[in-house]
Amino acid sequence: MTIGPDRPFVLIGERINPSGRKRLGAEMAAGDFSRVQRDAAAQVAAGAHVLDVNAGVPIADEAALLVAALRAVSEVTQAPLCLDSSVIEALAAGLAAYPGKALVNSVTGEDDRLEAVLPLVKKHGAAVIGMANDETGISSNPEYRLGVARKILQRAQDHGIAPEDVLIDPLALTVAADPEAVQVTLHTMRLIRDALGLNMVCGASNISFGLPDRSPLNAAFLSMAMVCGLTCAITDPTNPAIRQAVLASDVLLGHDPYAGAWIAHFRAQKAAASTP
Amino acid sequence: MTEEEIYAGLYDNTVLGRAGEVKALTQAGLDLNMDPVRLLYGALLPALQEVGRRFEIGDFFVPEMLMSARAMQAALTLLRPLLAARGEKTLAKYVMGTVKGDVHDIGKNLCNIMLEGGGFEVIDLGVNVAPEKFVEAVRTHRPGILGMSAFLTTTMPMIKVTIEALKKAGLRDQVKVMAGGAPVTAHYAEISGADAYCPDASATARRAKELIGVSSDAPSGALVDAVAAVEKMMSGVEE
Repeated sequence: MTIGPDRPFVLIGERINPSGRKRLGAEMAAGDFSRVQRDAAAQVAAGAHVLDVNAGVPIADEAALLVAALRAVSEVTQAPLCLDSSVIEALAAGLAAYPGKALVNSVTGEDDRLEAVLPLVKKHGAAVIGMANDETGISSNPEYRLGVARKILQRAQDHGIAPEDVLIDPLALTVAADPEAVQVTLHTMRLIRDALGLNMVCGASNISFGLPDRSPLNAAFLSMAMVCGLTCAITDPTNPAIRQAVLASDVLLGHDPYAGAWIAHFRAQKAAASTP
Repeated sequence: MTEEEIYAGLYDNTVLGRAGEVKALTQAGLDLNMDPVRLLYGALLPALQEVGRRFEIGDFFVPEMLMSARAMQAALTLLRPLLAARGEKTLAKYVMGTVKGDVHDIGKNLCNIMLEGGGFEVIDLGVNVAPEKFVEAVRTHRPGILGMSAFLTTTMPMIKVTIEALKKAGLRDQVKVMAGGAPVTAHYAEISGADAYCPDASATARRAKELIGVSSDAPSGALVDAVAAVEKMMSGVEE
């Protein structure tokens, strides 16, 4: 799995996450991972390159659940996994149990978080997502967010983690609460791309929180963000509008030479439509 | 312009979030010697409650609610000094914050809008609020209610941690505690030791009134009369 500025965009499937999916959470807590496996397979079939796995079920042993969820997902797909937790014990247990190269989601620019998460990332040869916020919260100043990203990169390198294993989340907030929010995110992306050249990832669906008919907004955002240097996103690949926006932008930006993926997607759609 | 036209105009324009019109109509009402309390309770607050109702059923969206709140704030810049001069009191103080480790604030801010619209004085501690900061705020402000918001499954345990900190400080029985946020459920709020669960902003304002003994169904004009009763009930609360 390679993520890079001149390569096709990488989709990280967001659906294995009990936040806002109470039935999924209840099943996971009860040891039933059948829905997790179905979601994993469906996302990969829809074009996900990586799957995010979050096991943050309230009042449950998150470390044990994360390990069990990772095993369940690995049974149905070879896709690399993104371990999503802010609980250090859960990340440690998940990394120890997962045989492949994991992506750790995430660390912030806060000193105590950096010192807790980065040694784990180094120990297990993983990659890590660094969120561009710190002790002071989320800055609305793109230059400040760049500074946090630079600090995360520096600390990662201090721990012996290579720059290519550091992805920065420039932070995507909803435009519903602040008309400038997405402009700030896009500006931050351009700064990070030009100054640090790191890969970037973000929770693309955040930008439309609080608005109706979110898919077209998320799709338009992804196209804009890809121009500004976003190289992957945590989003829902089973959503056709999002998948199309990503494939189309890859063609237009020259990341899908001779439109190979676009044409293959078209043929697959056509074949699916003609099978009764 | 008649008084009826001003009431109707204030209501409609607050629902539509037109701050300029709302401010102008408020000034026009004051120029006609209309009662600032009546402007507030007869038009502005009912409009905000209507916005909250529409939001709750999915007819209104976040930007519309924020614009309505802004329109109401434009009116309040004119009304607040007049209300203060006449000694109009709020229902109670409400200390609000997003728990430690969590920086989500939209839901919390919507709750603040509905609480202020409901007659509370909101003291917003912001996001990433440590338990000791909540404790300190309860000690300093002596609020009737403390509200906590958590948006992540990983930060919602801070609700319980904060409540434990209140107990340790000997302040738990002096304040009602409400909890809410995307992953929080009524059951989770209960086992964390909160007095009430808030599924959304409108419900937060309703439950808050119930917690301090004001009927949530009372016509808004009655809120003013309820103030005296509430203050008597909360006689331990220093102003």
